[in-house]
Amino acid sequence: MSDMMPITALGGRSPRVDTHGGVTLTENTNTALASYAARLGSEEKACTVLAEAIGRDLAGPGQVVFGTFDAFWMGPDQWMIAAPHDTHELLAFELSQAAGLSASVTEQNDAWCRFDLTGNRLASVFELLCPVPLRDWTGGEATRTSIDHLGCFVICKDVETVTVLGPRSSAGSLHHALLTAMKAAL
Amino acid sequence: MIIDHPLLGPRDSAEFTYLGDASLIHRPDWEAKDAISQFAEYGYQRDNPAGTHRELWFHEQGDRSWLVVTRSTTTHEITQVELARDVARREGRST
Repeated sequence: MSDMMPITALGGRSPRVDTHGGVTLTENTNTALASYAARLGSEEKACTVLAEAIGRDLAGPGQVVFGTFDAFWMGPDQWMIAAPHDTHELLAFELSQAAGLSASVTEQNDAWCRFDLTGNRLASVFELLCPVPLRDWTGGEATRTSIDHLGCFVICKDVETVTVLGPRSSAGSLHHALLTAMKAAL
Repeated sequence: MIIDHPLLGPRDSAEFTYLGDASLIHRPDWEAKDAISQFAEYGYQRDNPAGTHRELWFHEQGDRSWLVVTRSTTTHEITQVELARDVARREGRST
């Protein structure tokens, strides 16, 4: 038997938590992800299947919906689906079974690292990081942008809860960028 | 410079990369008898207008959509932004 130990995106045995100036930055390791892209000509069926799976109407451009699964818009007829990894490790397989040939589903579990930020001055932090108008956001927005040259998704649950998804292979760099901005802004 | 994305609204141009003239949508037929001269034209010949220019921009650090942006090359004023797929379909490229 191999004696292997699971490690987080940052390389730790447990998720890292940093707090500064009233904002808490938490590494979130319990997220299963799957991308879902409707195929040309079957957009209607693909969207119906996905809406049933998440139990909500689908998110429009620049939006996210929170339901049984969280689903945010990535591009025309494309969404990313997120669910707790503990209970939905086979998320992509399940969505793929439901969608049949109407959509292309790809597991994204190990492609991303996820950081959750909570606190009441997040806009001050994010205006140093990326051109996302967080001061105008109230919750339910999600967009892809660039943070320190890394393509990241910024997802707003409410004004005090923002999630960043970034490339897992650059988890350390992204964490450094987030923490540096927190220390500079707060 | 701000590009008013048709789906996502105003976005910083730093999120985009520039490809070139929007006529690049019209890739020649490689099986045509005069394909070589068509591709020479397609690959190398460009107008260089001082004024209104239709050009392709890629939202690389965003939703990765291709846009056709109508921009003045002298003032950088942007007068129209459309999804390239809508333009291509309207011009008979793919249906």
